[in-house]
Amino acid sequence: MLIAAIFAPWLMPHDPFEQSFDGLTLMGEPLPPSEEFPLGTDLLGRDLASRLILGARTSLVIGVLANGIAVVMGAFVGILSGYFGGWLGMILMRFTDLMMAFPALLLAIVLAAIFKPSLLIVALVIAMVNWVQMARVIYTEARSLAEQEFIQVQKAIGSGPSRILFRHFLPHLLSSIIVFGTLGISTTVLLEATLSFLGVGVQPPTPSWGNIIFENQTYFNTAPWLVFFPGSAILLLALAFNLVGDALRDILDPTLKGHH
Amino acid sequence: MRNYVLRRLLQSALILLGISLVTFILLYLIPADPARQIAGRSATAKTVANIRAQLGLDDPVMIQYFRYLGGLVQGDMGRSYLQRAEVSVLIAGRLPASLLLMVSAIVTELILGLTIGIIAALNRNKLADQTLMVFSFVSISAPQFVIGILLLYFFSIQFQLLPIGGYGTFAHLILPSLTLGLLGAGWYSRMMRSSMIDVLHQDFIRTARAKGIAKRQVITGHVIPNAILPIIAMVGIDIGLFMSGIVVVESVFGWPGIGQLAWQAIQRIDIPVIMGVTIVSAIAIVLGNLLADLIVPWIDPRIKIK
Repeated sequence: MLIAAIFAPWLMPHDPFEQSFDGLTLMGEPLPPSEEFPLGTDLLGRDLASRLILGARTSLVIGVLANGIAVVMGAFVGILSGYFGGWLGMILMRFTDLMMAFPALLLAIVLAAIFKPSLLIVALVIAMVNWVQMARVIYTEARSLAEQEFIQVQKAIGSGPSRILFRHFLPHLLSSIIVFGTLGISTTVLLEATLSFLGVGVQPPTPSWGNIIFENQTYFNTAPWLVFFPGSAILLLALAFNLVGDALRDILDPTLKGHH
Repeated sequence: MRNYVLRRLLQSALILLGISLVTFILLYLIPADPARQIAGRSATAKTVANIRAQLGLDDPVMIQYFRYLGGLVQGDMGRSYLQRAEVSVLIAGRLPASLLLMVSAIVTELILGLTIGIIAALNRNKLADQTLMVFSFVSISAPQFVIGILLLYFFSIQFQLLPIGGYGTFAHLILPSLTLGLLGAGWYSRMMRSSMIDVLHQDFIRTARAKGIAKRQVITGHVIPNAILPIIAMVGIDIGLFMSGIVVVESVFGWPGIGQLAWQAIQRIDIPVIMGVTIVSAIAIVLGNLLADLIVPWIDPRIKIK
């Protein structure tokens, strides 16, 4: 899929925006998969395979961008409140309590409705909703790390907070950040697909796997491939990141795996 | 214990207050003029100005918020901008359908998830275990709208076994609860599996076996009850997932609950309704978390209250 996203222009059998006359039946209905259109065509007669390949770009760009912002924000808040504790930590953690109790999808939809959805806005909206879990995980670890002797020793010998945070905190927390960062991509991809499916995510004609289904759902009883192929694409991408994340957790952090 | 409950109640109230404030400000920022929406397109500037004054829309946002909060504590959520009805009446009319769907989804996810987890743990590292774990990975990675649409396609259109959408009979309930419950079933099967494996390795299980109790009896009498406890407590936390899930599932299946109400309100920017549904969802999520926190120490006294 990474390959598909990068080499999209050369892999697409047709122009994804071209509303081909050959792409519809005489009744104006989408075509099933054939030799000319390997995955069939959509309601406007556009080649589904080409749109899916270009959609991979959208999904990955948003997945990586939104998750990147969420990871940085979550790790920053988590480390800050875990290391310094006190009133700053308390305010930040109470704020994450509040975010946890927010109905996430409603919040994302409302945010997407306030700002006209562009790729960047969709990514930001998803990041706003997703940074909280990361912050909680990192906070818990940073909290217990801050109490450990080697950190106390560093404080005692007069190392400044920035030195302690970068030299000693970050390396210890890195494996968790990587694991939850990878798992987070799959959450992000699913949220993007859901938002686009509801029509408040990536806007057509830019293809995203979610909005392909959104555009074509009225045809799903006669043209199920229009839901099946993009749906499988979303599933596979989310599954891939979930599996990689799970495997990374076993490799990087054996303590999380549970005993035996 | 009493202090703990009181503290958690106070915390929950503060969280709800925070959510109402954040949501109110966010909705205030939406670039839409409610007065113009109510008055309609052909209204004169004077009518629009009148409605603005009537609703107090020209007041500063904090004054508007406190006015809303004052009504809210008395159960008044304002009137819908587009439907001629009180928001509280609209929500109350939709709530039973959503509650039914959620209860049925909880039953679905528990039955599916726990069964899968138990079978997987008892066949650890064998083919059955690996197949079931692939299934659970797939079900946590699949978008709900895709599952919903595909279930509709196979069961309602291809085989015509179940109704295509709507509300009323048990047959209408099956596909939406399956769609909503599948995600949770994936998580529960993984948690149940590791919880079972944990318990299977504990000393009291070995003792029971050593005393000569049959393996079957040890598993049904000791392992499963002990492994299930920490998992049942998670159901309260699920409410948050469901509150997002129902927006999607209800719109796919045409289920007349608050998810659909919220979705319609968002599309037409009916701010009092969006606000009302957000508050009600937040109350449900906070109550769910509260319940989970209070039930855990009660069913499992080994967990100490901090």
